[in-house]
Amino acid sequence: MTRRQLWLRFIVHLDLPLLLGIALLLLTSLLVLYSADNASLEQPLKQMLNIMVAFTCMWLVANLPLHYLMRTAVPIYTLGIALLIGVALFGEISHGARRWLNLGVVTLQPSELMKIGVPLMMAWYFEKHEATLTLKNYFIAALLLLMPVALIARQPDLGTAILISASGFYVLFLAGLSWRVMGGLFVAALASAPVLWSMLHDYQRHRILMLFDSSQDALGKGYHTIQATIAVGSGGLFGKGYLKGTQTHLDFLPERTTDFIFAVYSEEFGLIGSLILLSLYFFVIARGFVITANASTYFTRLMAGSITLTFATYAFVNMGMVSGILPVVGVPLPLVSYGGTSMLTLMLGFGMLMSIETHKKLIKT
Amino acid sequence: MNKHVELKNHQREIYYFRLRLVVSIGFVLLLLAILLARFAYLQVVRHDHYQTLAENNRISVVPIVPNRGLILDRNGVVLAHNYSGYTLEITPNRTADLEATINELSTLVEITPKDRKRFRKLLAERRNFETLMIRSRLSDEEVARFAAQQYRFPGVEIKARLFRDYPYGEKTAHLIGYVGRINQTDVAQLEENDLAANYRGSDYIGKTGLEQSYESELHGATGVEQVEVDSGGRAVRRLSRAPPVSGNTLVLSIDAKLQEIAFQSFGNYRGALVAIDPNNGEVLAFVSKPGYDPSLFIDGIDTQSWDELNNSPDTPLNNRALRGQYPPGSTIKPFMALAGLHYGERSPDFTIGDPGYFTLPGNTHQYRDWKKGGHGSVDLFKSIVVSCDTYYYGLATDLGIDRISSYLPRFGFGKKTGIDLEGETSGLLPSQEWKKKRYGQKWYAGDTVSVGIGQGYNLVTPMQLALATATLANNGIGYKPHLVRDVRSAHIDENHAVSNEPLFNLEIKPAHFDLVRRAMVAVTQPGGTAVQAAAGAPYHIAGKTGTAQVIGMKQGEKYIESQVQERHRDHAWFIAFAPAEQPRIALVVLAENGGHGGSTAAPIARKVLDYYLLGKVPQPLPDAAGKEDEEHD
Repeated sequence: MTRRQLWLRFIVHLDLPLLLGIALLLLTSLLVLYSADNASLEQPLKQMLNIMVAFTCMWLVANLPLHYLMRTAVPIYTLGIALLIGVALFGEISHGARRWLNLGVVTLQPSELMKIGVPLMMAWYFEKHEATLTLKNYFIAALLLLMPVALIARQPDLGTAILISASGFYVLFLAGLSWRVMGGLFVAALASAPVLWSMLHDYQRHRILMLFDSSQDALGKGYHTIQATIAVGSGGLFGKGYLKGTQTHLDFLPERTTDFIFAVYSEEFGLIGSLILLSLYFFVIARGFVITANASTYFTRLMAGSITLTFATYAFVNMGMVSGILPVVGVPLPLVSYGGTSMLTLMLGFGMLMSIETHKKLIKT
Repeated sequence: MNKHVELKNHQREIYYFRLRLVVSIGFVLLLLAILLARFAYLQVVRHDHYQTLAENNRISVVPIVPNRGLILDRNGVVLAHNYSGYTLEITPNRTADLEATINELSTLVEITPKDRKRFRKLLAERRNFETLMIRSRLSDEEVARFAAQQYRFPGVEIKARLFRDYPYGEKTAHLIGYVGRINQTDVAQLEENDLAANYRGSDYIGKTGLEQSYESELHGATGVEQVEVDSGGRAVRRLSRAPPVSGNTLVLSIDAKLQEIAFQSFGNYRGALVAIDPNNGEVLAFVSKPGYDPSLFIDGIDTQSWDELNNSPDTPLNNRALRGQYPPGSTIKPFMALAGLHYGERSPDFTIGDPGYFTLPGNTHQYRDWKKGGHGSVDLFKSIVVSCDTYYYGLATDLGIDRISSYLPRFGFGKKTGIDLEGETSGLLPSQEWKKKRYGQKWYAGDTVSVGIGQGYNLVTPMQLALATATLANNGIGYKPHLVRDVRSAHIDENHAVSNEPLFNLEIKPAHFDLVRRAMVAVTQPGGTAVQAAAGAPYHIAGKTGTAQVIGMKQGEKYIESQVQERHRDHAWFIAFAPAEQPRIALVVLAENGGHGGSTAAPIARKVLDYYLLGKVPQPLPDAAGKEDEEHD
């Protein structure tokens, strides 16, 4: 085999447009991390390591034929549920929430696994019953979704629970759940809002209330939102310039390499920069939709659509939270925030998208 | 059939799926549009607002507290200054266990129970994110010891600060006063006067004495430094700086040495002394005894010391010279004599036969002279020399209260002298209207009789009597008494000397003055009531003794000093000016419960006069627990 053939072999299952979008976002991540870390290379270098690990996993998944992918659905989901129950029983408490499971060697956050596991399982379930779909199947699929969501919500980790609900809902939606049922669910959700409200923890209520008047608690919970909003707003049209954000470099922005990294970006690059970033996201999302539209099987359509929509949701929730229109829930900015776990989950998703795109011809033939 | 249905389903599914995908794309576009709208709102519409907030975040305006002005005596001797020292300070909300921290600190640095009490008081008054002082004036060794262990004490730090210091301590306490920490009342007052901005960062404000009265001169103008700070409030770099302007230096007319000698001359007596240069109203010495240690108040006095001072029977916090109100006793007589001459009720050669008492016509009540059996034949000159009460009972009766109450204010009785110290009291010069208002009673002839010898309703402050004496010494030309001669600006070479324009001229006939003055000189000559105190003086002293009754004596009862409790003994007065021919100094001495003016108050005056006129320092520095003798006034 020549070197060229080897190279072609290597990239054959990578989707180049998607890869381009991802690469640009990752580049942005490194650039902004350098600034957010006060012109230190420490976090960008660590992030590079995260990227390499995640990239390798993505490559492996992209090369995985689809029937293998489908076969992983039930084991992953079952393992995830088991781990979540394990967390509920033996989990470690950190910051008042029981989210981590210490397995002696590694500590795991099983809710991360379920970000992939839940849509995978649901898509698998719909594929199984593709021929004879009735309302009952949607109901069972919804149960598959609600079980882990309930376990995660009571950890409590409302942010992840909502995001997994969203990814599961997208599967239901794309699987063709009737508008009437969705309308009914929507009304039911509104009606049950007061009950849900009473079930929330104080800090969660506080975060939601903070949205309406963040100035009430300027040095407490509202501090994050206020400082982030100031950073974004003071960025103006063109931004303060790379490495020149005062909110960032004078330490006013909290968690600026992780959840609030968008504030750093927006302060330094302004509205123009924000527009560019939104375009990049849209590019990746649009490519995701193209892959979804071209997907050959029911399972892959549902899976690709859910991954794409979930990615869009992550981006929206994070930027909405940083700019003060959504409550502060711990959602990182996809592909840009520092962190290995979320990077890995996202890249596994993109691996699946690539696999879906690049293996479809094989199935057709 | 089955296959057909499935195929149909499949196509329909694809169609429905594509439809849903379009909806999804619409949904994503909606989300992105929401974000874009929000960004545009924040970054374009509200940009100015957030820009300001970011700048406010970033830029901290740090006040630079000006150095407080110095207070110097007329010769440049320092009476109040600043020195830099180290304090140990705690920020309570950065300290986990306050009590344990303080206990631990006390192993490194001495922390007395008083320090702890004061700290607890501060803690109760202040918000706990402020830094509060636990110890001041650390020694170099203590600073070094703490610095080595600082890492163990989060929220505890050493700060270099300027402290106010009063080298003369209690001797000038009532004159200089003290500064103290700015409290709620001060803040309210500063805000009312629109001065709050200039006090940003200032910890201290003048509370009493000159420190209070000249606060606006002493404080100076606060400077401003704009610094870029990070979220922890740490200054990152300086952006701009407007330097502070130090407070002005006060140069007093006080002679520190004279003040010291005057203070010490009192020995164990309580009392007051005010010495004035009659030629310009400059106050040369201003003593109120006992004093107190003004440094106790600077950083908040601890309760124990406060109770000691506040509950002491000696009332050390009372500024006797400025606020103490006493019956003037016989020191009023020279002024009464001038009133008698002025209204023509007495001529210099008008003579009475003194039987030792006075009675009002148609009344048997005897107003006794201090000397049993009387002084025999007494004219105006002799009435002052021997301090004949009977003469003045008659004079006051003949003048009547209306003329007395309109004449004496010319010398400043019954009203504030206007000295440049706050809190002056105005004494009391009774009149018919006053009694009507105060007691709802009419004025009786008997009331006038005792006013003639400075008893009864009238009260004077030592300050008032000093002004009256100075005016007398200066032939009726009075100056407003003042302590500050000169206000010096530290930066621009600018002095505003206090003007010495005469305040009033009584335009009293020289012959009247001459007579009274000669009589007052005779008071300190053989045959006078203050002869011992003036013995051997190479200059002439014009003086007048006085006693102010503390308790009333019943008719027919004799005042026997040895039988009266110390605190119920009469107050001793002495007023004087010297040299009598060309007075350079006029003074008043009050010795509380001192008994006789001639034997206790006059010797104190003599020491002050000797130093001021001759430069003679009493050796050893006086103990004025003067010998008590039978002499009376």
